Amino acid sequence: MTAVDGAQVTLPAKRRGAQLAMLAFAVAIVMLAYANVGLAIDDQIPAGMLTYGLGLGGLMLAAYLVLAKFAPWADPLILPLVTLVNGIGLVMIYRLEAGGMPRASASTQLFWTGAGIVMFTVTLIVLRDHRALQRMTYTAGFLGLAFLIAPLLPFIGEEINGAAIWIDLGFTTLQPAEFVKIALVIFFAGYLVAKRDVLALAGRRLLFIDLPRARDLGPVLITWGVSLGVLILQKDLGTSLLIFGAFIAMLYIATQRTSWVLIGILLFIGGAVLAGLLFGHVRDRFEVFLDPGNQELFEKVGGSEQLMQGLFALGSGGILGTGLGQGHPDEIPLAFSDFIFTAAGEELGLTGLMALLMIYALLVERGLRTAIAARDPFSKLLAGGLSFILAWQVFIIVGGVTNLIPLTGLVTPFMSQGGSALLANWILIALLVRMSDAARKPPPQAIQDEGMTQVFQR
Amino acid sequence: MNGPLKRAALACLLMFGLLMVNVNYVQAVRAEDYRADSRNKRNFYDRYQVERGRILAGDQVLAESVENPESDYRFQRRYPKGPIYAHITGYFSPESESGIEQARNQLLDGSSADLLIRRSIDLFTNKASKGASVDLTIRPKAQEAAYNALRQSGKRGAVVALEPKTGAILAMVSLPTYDPNKLSTPNKGEVFAAYNKLDADKTSPLINRAISRSYPPGSTYKVLTAAAFLEDDSSRGPQTVVEAPQLLDLPNVPTAQDLPNSGGAACGTGQVSLVFALEKSCNTPFGKIGMDLGYDAMNEQASRFGIGGDPLEIPMRAADSSFGDEVDAAALAQASIGQRDNQMTPLQMAMVSAGIANNGTVMKPYLVNKVADAEGGEVEAADPEEVGEAVSPETAGKLRQMMVSVVQNGTASAAQISGINVGGKTGTAETAEGQDPHAWFISFAPAEDPKVAVAVIVESGSAGSDASGGQTAAPIAKAVMEAVLR
Repeated sequence: MTAVDGAQVTLPAKRRGAQLAMLAFAVAIVMLAYANVGLAIDDQIPAGMLTYGLGLGGLMLAAYLVLAKFAPWADPLILPLVTLVNGIGLVMIYRLEAGGMPRASASTQLFWTGAGIVMFTVTLIVLRDHRALQRMTYTAGFLGLAFLIAPLLPFIGEEINGAAIWIDLGFTTLQPAEFVKIALVIFFAGYLVAKRDVLALAGRRLLFIDLPRARDLGPVLITWGVSLGVLILQKDLGTSLLIFGAFIAMLYIATQRTSWVLIGILLFIGGAVLAGLLFGHVRDRFEVFLDPGNQELFEKVGGSEQLMQGLFALGSGGILGTGLGQGHPDEIPLAFSDFIFTAAGEELGLTGLMALLMIYALLVERGLRTAIAARDPFSKLLAGGLSFILAWQVFIIVGGVTNLIPLTGLVTPFMSQGGSALLANWILIALLVRMSDAARKPPPQAIQDEGMTQVFQR
Repeated sequence: MNGPLKRAALACLLMFGLLMVNVNYVQAVRAEDYRADSRNKRNFYDRYQVERGRILAGDQVLAESVENPESDYRFQRRYPKGPIYAHITGYFSPESESGIEQARNQLLDGSSADLLIRRSIDLFTNKASKGASVDLTIRPKAQEAAYNALRQSGKRGAVVALEPKTGAILAMVSLPTYDPNKLSTPNKGEVFAAYNKLDADKTSPLINRAISRSYPPGSTYKVLTAAAFLEDDSSRGPQTVVEAPQLLDLPNVPTAQDLPNSGGAACGTGQVSLVFALEKSCNTPFGKIGMDLGYDAMNEQASRFGIGGDPLEIPMRAADSSFGDEVDAAALAQASIGQRDNQMTPLQMAMVSAGIANNGTVMKPYLVNKVADAEGGEVEAADPEEVGEAVSPETAGKLRQMMVSVVQNGTASAAQISGINVGGKTGTAETAEGQDPHAWFISFAPAEDPKVAVAVIVESGSAGSDASGGQTAAPIAKAVMEAVLR
């Protein structure tokens, strides 16, 4: 091996041009979809199309420029993918609003998209090295718990639609669970990097599985307890499942111990059975999952009607969908929120949903690729955890609304209407972009090469 | 850490795989179940997406679709003269339809194969397909006259008016009626509540009494008995003398159940002309004629008027009419004067009257004059069809002459129209104990060249005698005939 060979190692391409082209393509798709809705509903191109188009295009261009400046080596696919999902969500909300759905507001969602992109750029600019987060492990853990508890506090906590998951800041309400998600993943990553050697120690061996030592069960049990607490006190099944699942996945990534996954699953089943025995609403969800078409459940308040309406929408959409603006997604209660996926399914059809799931899968895949390429354990865990939690969240909510698993409320990342979720998820994306930049950046030249022959390439 | 990361990536892949498989299952495999579920309102919206064709009668719009772009239910059905035409147009409710709305549904909503060419053209010219419009044979003036006259009687009943030469239905009224507008809104709750109320109503306003209900025809049936008598021997005529005892002895029944005349009265001298018997509506001569001719001859005559044959579709399906089964001589005598198992729809009795008016040839009654697509192109046009020759032209002439005499000299003087010869026959049909009998009247005019034949039934409209029934039912027929002729 000569030094000449070493110098000719191909560097990962920045692919900035490709990224810009894909970004423009994503914005163009969204604009066409937007025009499509207007033509279908009012027989004309929506009046605000130019504003929306220039607005979204401008925002994305700004995000691109910041990314090009502050994270030039970042994965070129992440930003266009997110732009596309965010844009399609925006179009669906616009369509629901045009269809007369109360509380659906495309302008609010566009505002929060803008705010989300600002958060994205600010995170990229401020956070030059994500490893700084490792120093904030316990701060993040504390913040996560504080956010988790906030909705239960008097004065600022608020219960909407039966779930106590909101805080009222006076000028706006916030759903802190989405921020909790990021804070806790940062905490888990920092904590597990510090403790993974201990947690990976084998205890007794049962059959073919190495059990961890009993005294190391603490963190798992605490997370389990917190998740159950969320479930009991806030009646928020989704967040509870999200946090616990993400913790188990990260524990596994950190320790390579399959036993943790098994313990996690056992604890989950135990918790689910316990919750089912104790709480009517958990049992109801399960009953609905087993037989959503049941007329009695359909008529019951909080029964299967919303789920069935979602399934009706999907069935009516069929393979090709009705076309944007030509279905009746407004039949689905809260179609702009948890059920936006089924609303999209009616008008974009199976074809559209497969494409959407593909986009999410690609996004997760780019995140996991970043984790594999990352050079330090903290980055690997953080990138892996954030990617997994994104996939896990999509699985829980999309699986829920399509009756693959019992329905638990969660936002569909980047699609559901809601400021908190958009802000939090854009920050999540900024973290992934930051880490992919770090991972793909060519390492500094090794010091021991310096004394050897310098090769200049022309 | 790359090993577990790769396995985590595999787990994510598995999750997305499961979601994709499940979405395929829901949207491709189970799609039809979800689409067709009755709780899925989309089917119901689709019902209101099409501009249904209009239902017309001459220059009158009986039913039309009105666009409401603001609503999820884009086209809603309106019946400008609702109750008057309710049993003809029918209604267009969220889940079903009736009347012409049902019978010509596929033409009205444009889905009929007959409109395939029109739809293809619309597809290429990018026009929204509209349904075809259905033009009825109804004459609004006659319909309204029938409706108003029957309503004035304050009773339940039905009126049918036919054009004898073609069978075209000129008027068809059934009372009580309902407002189809109230059953045709897209508001399921409201419509079902209104429907259930109408359905539970003991007076059955939803039933089209003109075609869907049969009644004993009473003395109007004596026209048919007379027809059978005249057909049996062409030398017989109005002046043929028939036996008319005060009480007709029926074989094998107690004397108490023998057949008297109305009110037990004598019929002339006991030996009267056929026309006299008809004018006075004596029971005994017709009971005797029926017994003398026998069941087969009587039933044969009935079937030649279309009674008991293939069910009529006008296009709504009419209830069956029947002379009754063969039981014994007593039953035959009773059936020959329109009692016992003898059951006729008002439409059938109008056909009897029209057949006699049309020289003995009965025409198949029909309601749809023509169907035209949205651009006015003809899709379907009425083609009058014969049911058959019920009686010879000679017999028909004799019957017409006698029926004119009934109006001029007999029980039906209330149907006289000055300057026009009207033929008619009253009837009183015994019903349940304690209820007033139904009053019937069948007629045609003008006798020389009949333009209209009418059948009227007024439920419990008679005080007991034919004369009193004639007072109730005949003026209604008169009003309809006047409306057609003037």
